[in-house]
Amino acid sequence: MHTNSLYQEVILDHNRKPRNYGKLDHANHHAVGHNPLCGDRLDISLQLDNDQINNIAFQGESCAICKASASMMTTAVKGKSRADAETLIHEFRELATGKLDINQPNHLGRLTVFSGIRDLPTRVKCAILPWHTLHAALNSLTSASTEADDSVQSASNHS
Amino acid sequence: MNPVNTSLKSEISPSLDWGKIRADFPILQLKIDGKPLIYLDNAASSQMPQQVIDRLVRYQTTQHANINRAVHYLSEVATMEYHNARCKLQQFINAREDREVIFTSGTTDSINLVMHGYGRKFIKAGDEIILTTLEHHSNIVPWQMLAQEKGAKIRVVPINDKGELEVDEYEKLFNERTKFVGLIHVSNALGTINPIKHMIDFAHRHGVPVLIDGAQAAPHITIDVQALDCDFYAFSAHKLCGPTGVGILYGKAALLEAMQPFKGGGDMIASVTFEETIYNTIPHKFEAGTPPIAAAIGFGAAIEYLMDIGIEHIAAYESSLLAYATECLSEMPGVKIIGTAAEKTAVISFTIDGVHPHDIGTILNQDGIAVRTGHHCAQPIMQRFNVPATSRASFAFYNKRTEVDALVTGIKTVQKIFL
Repeated sequence: MHTNSLYQEVILDHNRKPRNYGKLDHANHHAVGHNPLCGDRLDISLQLDNDQINNIAFQGESCAICKASASMMTTAVKGKSRADAETLIHEFRELATGKLDINQPNHLGRLTVFSGIRDLPTRVKCAILPWHTLHAALNSLTSASTEADDSVQSASNHS
Repeated sequence: MNPVNTSLKSEISPSLDWGKIRADFPILQLKIDGKPLIYLDNAASSQMPQQVIDRLVRYQTTQHANINRAVHYLSEVATMEYHNARCKLQQFINAREDREVIFTSGTTDSINLVMHGYGRKFIKAGDEIILTTLEHHSNIVPWQMLAQEKGAKIRVVPINDKGELEVDEYEKLFNERTKFVGLIHVSNALGTINPIKHMIDFAHRHGVPVLIDGAQAAPHITIDVQALDCDFYAFSAHKLCGPTGVGILYGKAALLEAMQPFKGGGDMIASVTFEETIYNTIPHKFEAGTPPIAAAIGFGAAIEYLMDIGIEHIAAYESSLLAYATECLSEMPGVKIIGTAAEKTAVISFTIDGVHPHDIGTILNQDGIAVRTGHHCAQPIMQRFNVPATSRASFAFYNKRTEVDALVTGIKTVQKIFL
């Protein structure tokens, strides 16, 4: 795959101007995601009422892929039910790891812009970290790590 | 075996045909997505010349058997070739005796050997071990494990803003509890060459042994363990144009003899009964089980290849590449070089304003350029410079100035995408 098709304008735009960036004052669910291989950290807070995500925000230091993925994720799940969010989490992970056929019906919409990541195994974790962290927050876990996810054990970071 | 006319050895490096030397490396002909490979990740692992590849093929096709065991022809040949490889390594580092060279699986294994063999026997509760901020994780974690087990303490030598060790501070760390020094010769993340001779001498005045992690130094600096008077010196083959899975630990014979074995098994014993085992002599005491015979022989061939060119010529050529690359990158707006020590090997760690190193690495890869991005297994250095990670271009003697130019163009592409 040509890398340019990954660094598309929509991803660069979300990196430059991340949506829902910051921390919610009245969050009732919260998790910190960590990718120990590159040191990236992501903080996700959300307001979950009657199993519906009424508000969500993220902050942290990360690469463009991770930040854009987080930003687009927040816009995609805001207002959605917990079950719908979990469906998106599942589909996004399948997309990033190359297991999803994007020609089949799915709920990802513009998020399919990340489909090229499947050809860059060392970057898959960057795209998945926000989703991983959202899953942790929804399930009242306080932290998430890319290293605990068996589906994304392809990246390494040796000297 | 000779890549060059060795009669040129005494002359300065420009007289060597570096283009011809580059042609010894078949992998450098690769195309990545249609673009020529520009391999600037040599500090992680170097590439292998045809001469070493051929040596491995010859071993596997005509010389392979297990060593130190049978009386048949192949076993004798393999045993002899394995021993010859050890002797080449001895010559390469100017060790006094071949038995002072132990084959290990690499630098990490060598350091762990010293931690278990020396540290667990001689370091006690309350003792202090001196390490530096520049250490690779492989020369931090084993000593932390030992310190935890024994109740010993780690003391750390700081660095200045250029990425140089603060030697005055090092000297102040010594006291009667200091029992060991672990010191990296050349920083993998920054390229800083440390004044190890002075630091070894200082430690010895306090009766303290010193282990040198030479993984990044051996490919670029002539090593003379007798002149350095270091107690241990460790490095890996795969950073010296050799195979993965093998490295060496040099240790002074008297120290190695006083140490306890690291791994138990075959070959490291003189005799075994269920009541008692008598250990073999060095180096065998530390080479339990069947060693990486093929890799060690390939290591020997790689050493021969490098010695034919001459490490001093390699160093001179690489240093001119470093000067050129440093000049080019310093002039680029938004690019910051991390690590500007006066004495450096050909390593440039850098950041680009507003762009995460992983995005840099991915976009450079699009132009066939291989650099390393991340914390380089040296997180304390990243913390010192307050960056999560850097991009690192590390050069070898087969790199060209035009590849530096390609890196500069690649960085401009990154900046354009993230404008």
